[in-house]
Amino acid sequence: MRLELLSILNAERAARRACILVTDIGNGEQRLVKGAEIAADRLCEQLDSAVRAGKSATIDVDGRQVFLTVQVPPVRIVAIGAVHITQALAPMARLAGFDLTIIDPRTAFATPERFPDCALVADWPQNVLPDFGTDRYTAIACFTHDPKIDDPALEAVLLAECFYVGALGSRKTHGKRVERLKEKGFSDAQIARIRAPIGLDIGAVSPQEIAVSVLGEIILALRKKPLRDSGAVA
Amino acid sequence: MLAADDDILARAEDWRKAGKGVAIATVTETWGSAPRPVGSHLVIDDEGHFLGSVSGGCVEGEVVTEAMDVIADGKARTLEFGVQDETAWRAGLSCGGRIRVYVEKVL
Repeated sequence: MRLELLSILNAERAARRACILVTDIGNGEQRLVKGAEIAADRLCEQLDSAVRAGKSATIDVDGRQVFLTVQVPPVRIVAIGAVHITQALAPMARLAGFDLTIIDPRTAFATPERFPDCALVADWPQNVLPDFGTDRYTAIACFTHDPKIDDPALEAVLLAECFYVGALGSRKTHGKRVERLKEKGFSDAQIARIRAPIGLDIGAVSPQEIAVSVLGEIILALRKKPLRDSGAVA
Repeated sequence: MLAADDDILARAEDWRKAGKGVAIATVTETWGSAPRPVGSHLVIDDEGHFLGSVSGGCVEGEVVTEAMDVIADGKARTLEFGVQDETAWRAGLSCGGRIRVYVEKVL
């Protein structure tokens, strides 16, 4: 591998961007394809599947063995609201391999006792999110259903790249939320990115079940192909 | 695991920039119960220092030895280890799996 390629590979990872090193095992030829370049690549389908799965793999290209060193950033979930659902979500997200950060300005909710071993930020979303870097490997789930807390978070991420935005609340609650966001100047397309009511429709009732449905919906958004056009992963 | 493998490639870059001869070994294929998944890295310098793993420690010794040759002649090669292979038996990949490892020099 040329040192130059290794340097770019490492820089892309540090910047939380996907990239693939394509190596022809037979003759040692190598090239690097950045995440943003995959769509235009001649191996776009194979590269896209590999990046989506997040796994390195050997593929066959016209009878030649080609190895794909796939590098994708760890996926992060940001939960707005240190609530009961979030308490259930925290261990589930960890088991499933996601990094979880919990944001809630209410210090009575955001306590280490309620969330042992969790990344917890007791501050307003609008103070935290701009520097957090909500990139295309970040999911946001709003659980407070308090407009004072959820709305600023949504306003911050609707302009960002994150692959999933969900917000807790009934259809009625969400209807009011949509009105508020429209008044703030957000377009229908931007607002349509919000999954609401949040979670897969599995009839979840308890906070734990809702956490399962939300985690399932996040995984769906991350892995399933049809979402490619919505900019989930490129 | 991902993060750990990534750190290993960052070290490979550091080592090379510090003027060392460096090789990267990567698991490209596995069959059966292989200890480390496809994409796992082991980086080796010209003094035999290494970081990361391509197996649970079973074949690292052999890979490091081969890596020295790769650093010396600059030619990438593919190694295969498995129970039916005498070398692997010697190297001790006794878990029943088989792995293929691509070793290349950082130029």
